[in-house]
Amino acid sequence: MKKYLPLRNNKESFSLLLHKQTMLYLVLFVLLILVAAIVSLGIGEMKIHPLNVLKVFFGMGTEQDALIVGQFRLPRVIVAILVGAALASAGAILQGIVGNPLAAPDILGITGGASAAAVAFLLYFESASIQWLPPIAFLGATLTTLVLYALAWKKGVPPLRLVLIGVGIKIATNALITVLITFSPFLLQNKATLWLTGSIYGVDWGDVRLISPWTILLIALAALMARRVNVQQLGDEVATSVGSLVQFDRFALLVICAALTGTAVAVGGEISFVALLAPHIAKQLAGPSFGSALPLSACIGALILVVADLIARTVFSPIDVPVGVFTSAVGAPFFIYLLYKNRNR
Amino acid sequence: MMNSLLNNNPLRVAGLAAALLLLLYLSYASLVFGIIDTSWQTVIDAYTQYNGSNEHVVIKEVRVPRVLNALAVGASLGLAGAVLQALTRNPVADAELFGLNAGAALFVVIAVTFFGISSLTSFTWLAFLGAAVSGLVVYLLGSLGRDGLTPVKLTLAGAAITALSGSARHGMLVLNEKALDEVLFWLSGSVGGRKLEFLQAVFPYMIAAWVAAFLLARPIQTLLMGDDVAKGLGQRTLLVKLAAGAAIVLLTGSSVAVAGPIGFVGLITPHLARYLVGREMTWVFVYSGVLGAAILLAADIAARFIAKPAEVPVGAMTALIGIPFFIYVARKGLGKN
Repeated sequence: MKKYLPLRNNKESFSLLLHKQTMLYLVLFVLLILVAAIVSLGIGEMKIHPLNVLKVFFGMGTEQDALIVGQFRLPRVIVAILVGAALASAGAILQGIVGNPLAAPDILGITGGASAAAVAFLLYFESASIQWLPPIAFLGATLTTLVLYALAWKKGVPPLRLVLIGVGIKIATNALITVLITFSPFLLQNKATLWLTGSIYGVDWGDVRLISPWTILLIALAALMARRVNVQQLGDEVATSVGSLVQFDRFALLVICAALTGTAVAVGGEISFVALLAPHIAKQLAGPSFGSALPLSACIGALILVVADLIARTVFSPIDVPVGVFTSAVGAPFFIYLLYKNRNR
Repeated sequence: MMNSLLNNNPLRVAGLAAALLLLLYLSYASLVFGIIDTSWQTVIDAYTQYNGSNEHVVIKEVRVPRVLNALAVGASLGLAGAVLQALTRNPVADAELFGLNAGAALFVVIAVTFFGISSLTSFTWLAFLGAAVSGLVVYLLGSLGRDGLTPVKLTLAGAAITALSGSARHGMLVLNEKALDEVLFWLSGSVGGRKLEFLQAVFPYMIAAWVAAFLLARPIQTLLMGDDVAKGLGQRTLLVKLAAGAAIVLLTGSSVAVAGPIGFVGLITPHLARYLVGREMTWVFVYSGVLGAAILLAADIAARFIAKPAEVPVGAMTALIGIPFFIYVARKGLGKN
């Protein structure tokens, strides 16, 4: 059996090789996400049988079930899927271009930059529409990325220096957030702190509408760049000699990565380590080719966040633990494991 | 390599005197300036002719403890940074970066949440324990692999431990709001608003660690030439390392117990000290102590004024001052060390 499935139109103006194994995994993960979503929609203060959840989707459920599922739980699950996919794609892009398994937007302070910008926006532009939050967070993330890249630049950017300076930037953005919060009136402080904890508690359809166009557009853009990431992974010299605009592509990809991070942060706050975990699992399953790693990472990230959010809101019920707490509880040991695995590099 | 600013002993003594004068001035400024400005005369009156007025209460209950806290904690953090940087031969060693502060905070929160402990003395011991445990874990993680202890690995291990203990702490505080009230003020990292009892409880350990650090200055100097050389000269290197490690834990643990997590004083100070006095460890340690106190006092005064009437946690101030410095050192190249 061949490993790839060619996909062409008759005039051959369009041609694509599909990695069969990746396709299989993609189908599997989409199914898993659906199952997790249906389970998650049914569990909570009011338990609803999964069959009844399905009935709601086909317009046959009771009015009460339809209200609970449609108004309260569905937006939260969709936001979990979107935020997880956005974070994981950002992580996949970053790992693809930095070539360092330890790189993730939250470890490098990109998430921190997005949060700082968002907190500043929440505190000082109180009356402004919440619609502006994603672009603002995106701006903060991009700015941080640029600063990070510039500071790490010294005849090129070796991955380890990038990570080291990223750790510093992260601490700086944290301190900046603390200072911003101290400057602001007490009432808003609570709002900002609550928002910061990395939780998708209390999201509604407005949030879904807010981030879904960005997430889908940006992931699609990243997918279009897949070939260029693959070329970059061969090293700068090889990439340049086969005609790739290395610096330009890298910059464009970094901006997409920052934008995805900003989108996720705008609704979810700082949810750590999803961006680190998902791409690693994806690469273990489907190999390093970015065309496979990106969609698979996105699916895995979405699955992780749906499951983590389900656990976070049910295990300690009635307390809604921020989902970020769970993702770091799993992600930080994994990071330590990666450190151990890469100890001789 | 001895291209330091103060390259002979009379100059160094003079420099030390100047630094102490600066310290005195900063203490004076910290006593007198604030939300309510007072005068030196009032400060003296508060102790000689106490009349219970607002100003006198503020001075006795708020300002003086604050200055003493800043002095003791700053000196300890500076000294701890100097020992840590020498011991790990690592220019970016710092209690905050290596997750020692986060570990101490986690242990205190665990104790409050699960065991209902809220006495000061147990806080202190838990902070010690937390700093020691996380320090040990980071040290072990950082020394994995063929090339041994490298700054980059240490920093990354520190980041991982910080994230892990941060999320655990956060989770526990969400589940237990009462604990949140009890420890939140402490978690923010500040030398103000702490009663003197905190400092009194840990001061003996600080003193012991200061003395130990100075006794260790010469052995550490030898150790800096490399483990093999030190062994060849008849030093019991393991003993020196263990003693230095214990001193670091005592200094960091007691600082965290008093002031909460404050980073980067321990990062900047030793660099400044080495810039001034070169590589002679005894002098580096002395200068690190004095300059650490001065930096923390200055940062604390700044923290009071920058967002007046609100106060910025001094830990955030030191981080904002320290990070550019950290990035500068990281850019200068860690690979060679």
